[in-house]
Amino acid sequence: MEHYNMNLNLKVWRQKNSNTKGEFKMYRVENISSEMSFLEMFDVLNEKLIADGEEPIAFDHDCREGICGACSMYIDGKPHGPWHANTTCQLHMRAFKDGDTIVVEPWRANAFPVIKDLVVDRTAFDRIIQAGGYISVNTGNAVDGNSLPINKDKADASFAAAMCIGCGACVAACKNSSAMLFLSAKVSHLALLPQGEPERHSRVLNMIDQMDKEGFGSCTNTGACEATCPKEISISNIAKLNQEYLCASLTSEK
Amino acid sequence: MLNSKIPAGKLEEKWTDYKGHCKLVNPANKRKLEVIVIGTGLAGASAAATLGELGYKVKAFCFQDSPRRAHSIAAQGGINAAKNYQNDGDSVFRLFYDTVKGGDYRSREANVHRLAEVSANIIDQCVAQGVPFAREYGGLLSNRSFGGVQVQRTFYAAGQTGQQLLIGAYQALERQVALGNVKMYSRHEMLDVVIVDGKARGIIARDLVNGKLERHFGHAVLLCSGGYGNVFYLSTNAMGSNVTAAWKAHKKGAFFGNPCFTQIHPTCIPVSGDHQSKLTLMSESLRNDGRIWVPKKQNDTRKPNEIPAEERDYYLERRYPAFGNLVPRDVASRAAKERCDAGYGVGTSKQAVYLDFASAIERYGRIEANKEGKEDAPIEQIITWGKEVVKEKYGNLFDMYEKITGENPYEVPMRIYPAVHYTMGGLWVDYELMTTVNGLYALGEANFSDHGANRLGASALMQGLADGYFVIPYTIGNFLADEIYNKPISTEHEAFAEAEKNVRERIEKLMNIKGKTSVESFHKKLGKIMWDKCGMARNEQGLKEAIVEIQQLKKEFWNDLRVPGEINEFNPELDKAGRVADFIELGELMCIDALNRSESCGGHFREESQTPEGEAMRNDDAFMYVSAWEYKGESKWDMHKEDLQYEVIKPTQRNYK
Ligand SMILES: Cc1cc2nc3c(=O)[nH]c(=O)nc-3n(C[C@H](O)[C@H](O)[C@H](O)COP(=O)(O)OP(=O)(O)OC[C@H]3O[C@@H](n4cnc5c(N)ncnc54)[C@H](O)[C@@H]3O)c2cc1C
Ligand code: SF4
Ligand code: FES
Repeated sequence: MEHYNMNLNLKVWRQKNSNTKGEFKMYRVENISSEMSFLEMFDVLNEKLIADGEEPIAFDHDCREGICGACSMYIDGKPHGPWHANTTCQLHMRAFKDGDTIVVEPWRANAFPVIKDLVVDRTAFDRIIQAGGYISVNTGNAVDGNSLPINKDKADASFAAAMCIGCGACVAACKNSSAMLFLSAKVSHLALLPQGEPERHSRVLNMIDQMDKEGFGSCTNTGACEATCPKEISISNIAKLNQEYLCASLTSEK
Repeated sequence: MLNSKIPAGKLEEKWTDYKGHCKLVNPANKRKLEVIVIGTGLAGASAAATLGELGYKVKAFCFQDSPRRAHSIAAQGGINAAKNYQNDGDSVFRLFYDTVKGGDYRSREANVHRLAEVSANIIDQCVAQGVPFAREYGGLLSNRSFGGVQVQRTFYAAGQTGQQLLIGAYQALERQVALGNVKMYSRHEMLDVVIVDGKARGIIARDLVNGKLERHFGHAVLLCSGGYGNVFYLSTNAMGSNVTAAWKAHKKGAFFGNPCFTQIHPTCIPVSGDHQSKLTLMSESLRNDGRIWVPKKQNDTRKPNEIPAEERDYYLERRYPAFGNLVPRDVASRAAKERCDAGYGVGTSKQAVYLDFASAIERYGRIEANKEGKEDAPIEQIITWGKEVVKEKYGNLFDMYEKITGENPYEVPMRIYPAVHYTMGGLWVDYELMTTVNGLYALGEANFSDHGANRLGASALMQGLADGYFVIPYTIGNFLADEIYNKPISTEHEAFAEAEKNVRERIEKLMNIKGKTSVESFHKKLGKIMWDKCGMARNEQGLKEAIVEIQQLKKEFWNDLRVPGEINEFNPELDKAGRVADFIELGELMCIDALNRSESCGGHFREESQTPEGEAMRNDDAFMYVSAWEYKGESKWDMHKEDLQYEVIKPTQRNYK
């Protein structure tokens, strides 16, 4: 792979905290190697800001391997930037060229208030899981792992849904700020397994109820979520969710 | 002075006996007992969820925005368990034996045996929670092999086993949060342990969003705060992983066990430049199918695919025919370093070796061809089939490699090099996982307990979940049973006030240096000293130099650090400053420990102690002990020894040839 260096202009959202209004600021970074990751480019910028006596830009990140779901930048109008099936931390600078201007914003959704700069509060996702995104089995209650064979295709489909990293890009990409892709991934993951069967109905009803309470919008099937999801969670999970919901509503005694 | 509290009796009966005789707390009393859990990785989430289920009042803390993002999420390859589903001769004893041997006879037999015993329950529990492990066509659980063993006992979920296990534990945790049994504090950092009358009674935590300090009471405190590999700056650990919680505990009286035992993982993506912020692991599971080689000629600049088979040196297969590419990590890492140091390294930096899938792709392709009855299919077709199989097994790792390096590993061999990955050292704990401070426990990677001088692959996930799901729920009862008469201590107590004052003053001190150098620069400098002098190979002179250099760095840090922003706001630079300050102190202790242990064992390689073939040479007569360091004030420590007794296994020089 050929390497090259570039100079870039960055237009970044700065916001002191949730109570103040934010604004865009322009920055210039020089000699950025095409081998750097996008966040390493931000490290360079932040080091420069610190040296200049300015406040560095706050952003969430931890694993830098595309698995923890912490990083969350809205880059040139796309959550996680231009690459397909990718997180911000795995985006590398060879996606850009010398002289580019890159616009970076936080996730924007009522249910994800900004904490500072590019950092948002995604605890609404945790509360959706609390509403039913689990199987009620206390430690020590389990039977032998092989006592219940699971059809491989189903297990694989369950795994494909369980790959969701809870990053919230689907919400950020959706014009309605809907959390349906996230929620449907969890519902499918558990509904496809026999272990998830007993709580199947209450789970979907309670989780959807919580999602509405958190102020996420409704789903109008535009598919922006699927197109942006770093883990390629399929929109067919939403169809599955709707089925589950309908079925649960019909049989619910509530 | 050190009492490891190993129960008497036969090795395989100790844990059963312990469980049968330890004290219990009745359900009504559990509700009155409060437990603080620091960390929500596999160890912390499983402990918090299980203690919540049992009825204790639990408060759990993590510094990420959600407990689901703890570093455990990044584990790729798998989790071991002695299920013997493959009928290949596995057993509790064999897992126990492999772990003790893999750890180069520096771990405690009783702990490791317990770990092997509960390993099977972990898999059952995870399956019940809905962890989507890989399965065979018949619907049963699938296994793969990992380094250092000759059976297939590793359970996995593609290359994301840690994520799936953590999501399982996180779901269990969130269920307890919903039930009101656990209160979750995310974006919180523990900055001190509060000790009252010799017992851990709470913590001081900082709310990382608004910077406020908080006091929290607990009848017991569990540290599940992970490992300290980031002392090397570059490691495979998540950026936020740090030693602060363990270090604060250490300074309050918890001994630090074997601090110098660090695992350098053989297969990571090599450093590409000074901008590098972290290193990415390529899972050990790849060594099932990948073959490691370098050119036979020094400074060979040909492209890998231009080098014919007979001019390649498959050095692991050559040196270790019995285990080949699946030797333990420490052995594989040193062998790679040896080849690169000798001038056979590849890539622009020459600090890399090849991990090649070409033969695996062809082999799998032929198996597919056989299945289809098309043995004489053209080679291109066979390769295409083979790539599909490899994609199914390792697709996400290959994608990750390509994103980072821009090279396609299906076509060109991966370039890999060893990197810091895991720390076997940690807070010293007894059989009950209690540190030398009463009521203060350490679980998961934060403790020193089960892996001796080298951890086998897929055993950290096993240990974290064993500690949290199956060990602590029993052993904590043995302590808390005597606490039911003790009412919660008010957080107005002077011990809380004093601890909070110290924390506040230190934060103010960090902010007020107002120097010129960023935290990041200091961290990088520390990392370089540690990697060069306390890394894959260590010697007396280097370690002595390192100690002086670290002390010097500490002075510079406290004189020239610049932390922007303010205390009472979201300020990641300030969080990092506190962590790096602790890393610097830890770095010194690691070098002192490495200097003391003039033998080689496991991941700790002292150049002075090697066999004529360059293998690590232990010195059991002098060093068959755990070094447990007691903090005695700035740059001062006393060492205590816990002698290791091998009653069942007879230590021998490890041999993977
Ligand atoms: C890339 C990678 C791949 C790996 N793959 C495997 C594998 O395939 N198999 C295997 O067995 N092992 C693997 N390991 C090792 C294994 O993942 C870890 O050892 C294990 O997950 C550690 O779990 P833990 O619960 O002890 O700590 P962690 O998961 O590190 O969790 C630490 C927790 O403590 C919290 N914390 C820390 N300090 C504080 C503080 N001061 N205040 C509040 N909270 C705090 C954090 O927020 C976090 O929640 C891998 C490691 C890496 C780096
Ligand atoms: S569904 Fe995709 S985009 Fe949405 S939270 Fe999960 S991983 Fe992120
Ligand atoms: S930092 Fe973990 S997914 Fe990007």
